[in-house]
Parts: sequence; C-alpha cells; structure tokens
Amino acid sequence: MTILALDWFLLIEKLILIAVIIFASLGVALYTTFAERKVAAILQDRPGPNRAGPFGLLQPLADGLKLITKEEIIPTHANKWLFILGPGLAMTAALMTCAVVPWGGTIDVMGHKVDLQIADINIGILYVFAVVSMGVYGVMIGGWASNNKFSLMAALRGASQAISYELAMGLSLIALLMITGSLSLRTIVEQQVGHVWNIVYQPVGFLIFFICALAECNRTPFDLPEAENELNFGYHQEYSSMKLGFYLFSEYINMFISSTIMATMFFGGYDLPFVTSHLTNPGTAAIVGIVVLMTKVVMFIFLFMWIRWTIPRFRYDQLMDLGWKKMIPLALANMLVTGFFILLKQNNWHF
Amino acid sequence: MQALTNRAKQVERAPMTFIEQLYLWNIVKGMAITFMHMFKKQPTIRYPEQKREFSPVFRGLHVLNRDEEGKERCTACGLCAVACPAEAITMEAAERLEGEENLYREEKYAAKYEINMLRCIFCGLCEEACPKDAIYLSETFTPADFNRKNFIYKKTDLLIPNPTTDAQGFAAAKGLN
Repeated sequence: MTILALDWFLLIEKLILIAVIIFASLGVALYTTFAERKVAAILQDRPGPNRAGPFGLLQPLADGLKLITKEEIIPTHANKWLFILGPGLAMTAALMTCAVVPWGGTIDVMGHKVDLQIADINIGILYVFAVVSMGVYGVMIGGWASNNKFSLMAALRGASQAISYELAMGLSLIALLMITGSLSLRTIVEQQVGHVWNIVYQPVGFLIFFICALAECNRTPFDLPEAENELNFGYHQEYSSMKLGFYLFSEYINMFISSTIMATMFFGGYDLPFVTSHLTNPGTAAIVGIVVLMTKVVMFIFLFMWIRWTIPRFRYDQLMDLGWKKMIPLALANMLVTGFFILLKQNNWHF
Repeated sequence: MQALTNRAKQVERAPMTFIEQLYLWNIVKGMAITFMHMFKKQPTIRYPEQKREFSPVFRGLHVLNRDEEGKERCTACGLCAVACPAEAITMEAAERLEGEENLYREEKYAAKYEINMLRCIFCGLCEEACPKDAIYLSETFTPADFNRKNFIYKKTDLLIPNPTTDAQGFAAAKGLN
C-alpha cells in the first residue's frame, strides 16, 4: 500500500503501536500508584486501599478524578509559562523513553511483518539516556518557576543528584555495551535469547545500574528532591490539580520505563529461558514475549517499592559521597575488568 | 555506677565490620524483615462492616428511657443538667394532665429535653445522677450530619421506642438481643 510515495501501512501500524504503548504506559503508571499503596500497606500489616471497587481496584480512577476536579492554582509570583511547562516536560520525557523498547518479537499482520517496537534505532540506549536526562528539566523548571525557596532547593538537589548518578549509570552501561557490541535494544535482547542473560556477565554492572536507576527515578532512598520533612513537599509543592498529577505520574512512568530498560538490558527482555528460542509460531512467541517482559517489569517495580518501604532516605552528603566516591570508581573498575576479560577472550584465553 | 535494674544494656561501640560497611548486606537484612511482614496477621478492623466489641460500660449517645408499659421515666428533676460538666442538657418541665397517665410515669414530666451532642463529652455523669433511671448512654456512636443545629438532639431523637407499640425497636435500643 504505497500512495504518495508513503508506506501508509507502516504509518498506521506505528500510530496504533504508539497509541497502544502510551496508553499502556499510562495504565501501568495508574495502577503502579495503586500497587505502591497496596505494597506499602501489606509490608506494614495494613489492608491498604480497599473501598473503591472490589479490592479497591478502582482507587486509581478515583484518585485521577479527584486530581482533575481539583482547583488549579498558579501562584501570583510564579513564572506562568515555565510553571505549566515543568510538568508537561516531565511527563513528555517520561513517555518518550518507551519508543525504543522492544516489547516482543515480530508478528505477522495481514502479510506484513510488524515489530513490536516503535522505533528500532541503532543508538537505542543512547536515546534513552538523552531523554531520561531531559526529565530532570521538568524537576528543575518546575522547582524554579514556583518561586518558592523549598521548591528551588528541591530542584537543585534533584538536578545535582541526576547528574551525579547519570555518570555512574553510563559507565556501568559501557561495560555492558563492550560485551554486546551494539547500542540497539533489539539487538541486545536478541543476543540474549537462547543464551545466558547479561546479568551473568555483568552482576556488578547491574547493581550499579539498579542503584543509579533508583536515584534517577527519585525513589527512596534517593528521594531527596521530595524530602517531605526537610522541604515540605519538594519541587512540586506549589502545584495542584492535574499538574501535580503529571509530576506524580511521571515518577511512576519513569519507574516503569527504567524497570523495562533493566529487564531488557540485563534480564533478556522478552526472553523466557529454554522456551522463547523454541517457539516457531511468531504470534505465540510475541504474546509469550509480552507476558514475560511484563512479568519481569512487575517484579522490578515490586523491588522498587519493597526498597522504598524498607530503607530510610540518605542524607545529602551521603548521597554525593556514594555517587562520586563509591559508584563511579566501582563502575570504572568494572569497566576495566570487563575490558580485560574481553581482550583475554579475543586472545583465546592466553595471556 | 550501680544499675537500677538488670535490664540495662551496654552499648556496643565496636567499629563496623567490612560487611557492615558495605551497607548492602544490611539492606538485604532489612528487606527480609519487611518481606516477612507480608505474612503477618493484620490487626485492622474493617470498620463499617466489622465493629470492635465494646466494653459493657461504653458510653455512646444518650437514650431517654421508658418503663415496661411504655411510660416515660423522666420527671424533669434537672439533676442531669446540674451534673453535666459541659452544660449540654436543657429541659422544661410540665405537669401531667388528666388522661396522660399512660404517657408519663409521674405527675411531672419533661416537655422539652435537649442535649447538645457537640457540647457533650460523654462522661456519663447524667446517667449516674438520674434517680429515675431515665437516661442512659447507649452503644451508638459517631453520628454524622451536614448541619450543626441537627446535633442538638430533641426529645424525639432521644426517646427509646415504645415497648407496647414497637417491642422490637425497644429491645434493640436496650441492647437485649
């Protein structure tokens, strides 16, 4: 179907895929807020939200409705445009990352091969990094535009934290990329299908990546930008209504995306060991792939929550100490050791 | 120094071991503790469906009592109003007329009897002061309303159902069944 020199089928396919993935991300984020409250409750011997619908399943919808119907307040001395831009930027950056994640293999739709991925760009992981680091602008702009000392402090903390941990995160990934030899997420997953997962080669790299992911998502123990007891509410203190909702939401989307990235990079993405490589029907393989990837993501999200409700927050100097004096040297050492073994392997395990 | 009890513990000031300095192992230990809490019994009482058992001396909203024949016990003596530390009770007395013997137990009765539930502190002194067992505190609690003035309970709100006409309601209010 090629009219006006355009492959319309591709266009429609991608549009549908984008819509599905964005709505799925939003839905997952919606229910992650619910899961967070439930997990917190269960870990603290409480029942958690259980009033709206069976088992409280409609609670996130009620929360969303509440946020939308609340009064929208823009403080008089706030910079109006930046004040509105902040949450929008946070949300956009959070949603944009899911474009390069391979959600499953390839399926056949009416004779066309459809990749379950919005864009398989060959610098996938660099793209993720670029977009994720844009997310910190949402925090910075929001905190600055509020014209509030606490918000500004929180924004400063958020920015410095994101920058400090992005370094270690990047270094830990370099070690992994030296092994895979590719930046495309699909290639990285396909290398793991039928073979051992990257976590076996890079346990230290994964640990560093995971800790940095916690810091990047502003999750406990790195939730300094939202330190309630020091900064009242953090960078979104002046926000109300759905603008606040966007900030809270983008945090959960970020959590979802970083779980997906971790599952993709280190835990084989949509690969189910001993099964995926034997599935011949591409349709079945795709469905199994999506289910497997989602299971891994849910487990990571649970881990995030579990950590949040166990560990107290770091002090600011501890945070910087850990980032610069522990994580970065460790990541560098990991990189060197990995390089050493790669060279050794190229030399057929001879010195 | 001599310790007062044998419960005193010496604080350990040993330097952290290597594993403790890594911090990760301690995080794992902490996470194991929180994980075990998933299997603990929840002490929550799911309120509107489940209710906590009250002790027999629980003091809830007031009820104006009747005797077995459905006559009001209150004689408007005013002792409850005097006893009330929050001054929540007001009343007006009236004389029983001919033909009202089936309504009021004695010659004097309360024509108006009001308790301001927003002032009331539910101390139960009115119940103790009453010489006629006319007022007692029930197990009903947490009343809700949109309007403050509805919290001034009138006699109609306070009176127990008549046992001759509404035996079931009377028994329920008494907490007999």
